[in-house]
Amino acid sequence: MTETASGETAGHAGDVLRVEHIAKNYGAVTALTDVTMRLGKGEVLGLIGDNGAGKSTLLKILCGFQAPTSGQIFLDGREVALRSVDHARSLGIDAVYQDLALVNQLTVYQNMFLNREKVRWRLVSNRAMRREAREHLDEMGVQIPSVNVPVARLSGGQRQAIAVARSVFSDPKILLLDEPLAAMGVKEGAIILDLIRRLKEEGDVSVIVIAHNYAQVLAVCDRVNLLQGGRITLDKRSEETSAQALTELVVAEYRKALQARIAS
Amino acid sequence: MFVIAVASFVGFWLANSAFVSTTTLTVTFNNTFPAIIIIALGEVFLLICGEIDLSVGFVVGFAPFFTHYLDDFYHVPGLLAILCGLLLGVVVGWVNGFLTVTVGVPSFITTLGTGFVLWGTMLYTSHAQPSGVPANIAHYGAWLGGGNKYSWLIWAVALTAVFHILLTRTRWGLHTVSVGGNLLGSREAGIKVARIKYGNFMFTGVLGALVGMQTMWYISSIDPNSGSYTPMFNAVTAAVIGGTAMLGGSGTIIGAFFGAIVLADLSVGFAVEGVSANLLYVINGAAILIAMVANVQLARLRERGGR
Repeated sequence: MTETASGETAGHAGDVLRVEHIAKNYGAVTALTDVTMRLGKGEVLGLIGDNGAGKSTLLKILCGFQAPTSGQIFLDGREVALRSVDHARSLGIDAVYQDLALVNQLTVYQNMFLNREKVRWRLVSNRAMRREAREHLDEMGVQIPSVNVPVARLSGGQRQAIAVARSVFSDPKILLLDEPLAAMGVKEGAIILDLIRRLKEEGDVSVIVIAHNYAQVLAVCDRVNLLQGGRITLDKRSEETSAQALTELVVAEYRKALQARIAS
Repeated sequence: MFVIAVASFVGFWLANSAFVSTTTLTVTFNNTFPAIIIIALGEVFLLICGEIDLSVGFVVGFAPFFTHYLDDFYHVPGLLAILCGLLLGVVVGWVNGFLTVTVGVPSFITTLGTGFVLWGTMLYTSHAQPSGVPANIAHYGAWLGGGNKYSWLIWAVALTAVFHILLTRTRWGLHTVSVGGNLLGSREAGIKVARIKYGNFMFTGVLGALVGMQTMWYISSIDPNSGSYTPMFNAVTAAVIGGTAMLGGSGTIIGAFFGAIVLADLSVGFAVEGVSANLLYVINGAAILIAMVANVQLARLRERGGR
């Protein structure tokens, strides 16, 4: 059932990101065995897989939070060693974790400009930041009552949208979204899906989305990669597969693992 | 929170109107109030970024002695000795920051320790005896809060304005809130978390040293009893009844300003009435509890209201 289309992963000239034979061990535990994947310019790639398949580990490696045990990462065809989150960010890779980087007590615009505040005479120019935050959010189609409310008062979807909008602010080349749809209602999730769609239309930023809901992933992504047991076991364009096919693959793998465990 | 601060202020004020006379007002606003609010400014910043300084009261006590030692025993010129006294506050703040941020001891413990060290050092070196203010230090008081009867109050109001702007209109203030509200997230955003905390400890230290000096000029004596835990308790109380969250992330300078007025008014008012100063602790405790209960209830109501 290794459906990996090796022709696809071999690399295209226009790839912003290429990952080759990445492995990651935590002591005796292997989180990633051998991951090879690519991300085209302006592409939205869905990364799916069961819990414990290694999605989060892969994301942490790509955003510079952890170093891989072995393997190579290429940005625009050049090999890079991501030393830290800051280093990855300076190379244009930005990750959005669930909620992690928003300060509840600060307002929407203060969060959007966190550590990038506009300053005049050493005083922050609230008016300019409010206006720009408003314009930026409107441009991205993020609907919130006001940029002056503390983010604590917003819904999960709105908060996630603001976190995504903020990363886009810094003009990343590659955006990594860690389960942006987790614990979110249909209406909430729609805000994020719209946002990702809009990013895709603009085409300046390439996106990797980690998600659980296959139907939502297929609706918004150009391509999906399935991560199973520390490898990419499927790489297909969204229109070539279906939520049901993906579910069956994951369930089959799960059953196989279960049988193996029972047998031993 | 601001509402509560104002309401409690007005409430206490009305209740106390019997002993509001010109003399009490003078004492309240020219002496007691500035001593509380100036230290509270530092504590507000520390509480917001998720720390506390219990040692600042002992800086209040030791800084003037330190200045006096330098001047009388080591013949350091007056102004330089005063600067060294203030610098002592900065150094204590740095040590508190180092032990808390770099070493990783909770600030509650760190500052308890440094506080006791300072207290003991002050009592041991001074033999717990008051001392006169050296003449070449005394005359600088005219500019630094010990001048005419309003000068300490003017310092207090000016510093309050400066720290209010620092908190609400500068990156430092925003980052202080951010560090207290979401430590990990702030680090993620690239904020130098350690720098913010060190800085706020140092602010608190130097404000404590300043209050120590100003107390010296005000009472024209260096009193080993003037600095102990009391100035710190008063400052933290003012901050907390003014709406600053003990757990970090929110607070206002204006709130602490009103909190300090309430406390000063109470302490002087009771003294005038002849009520034991010891009973004041009961009142302070009750004031904190009432303010906090009201805060919690209000927050709950707000949540239920949906917004």
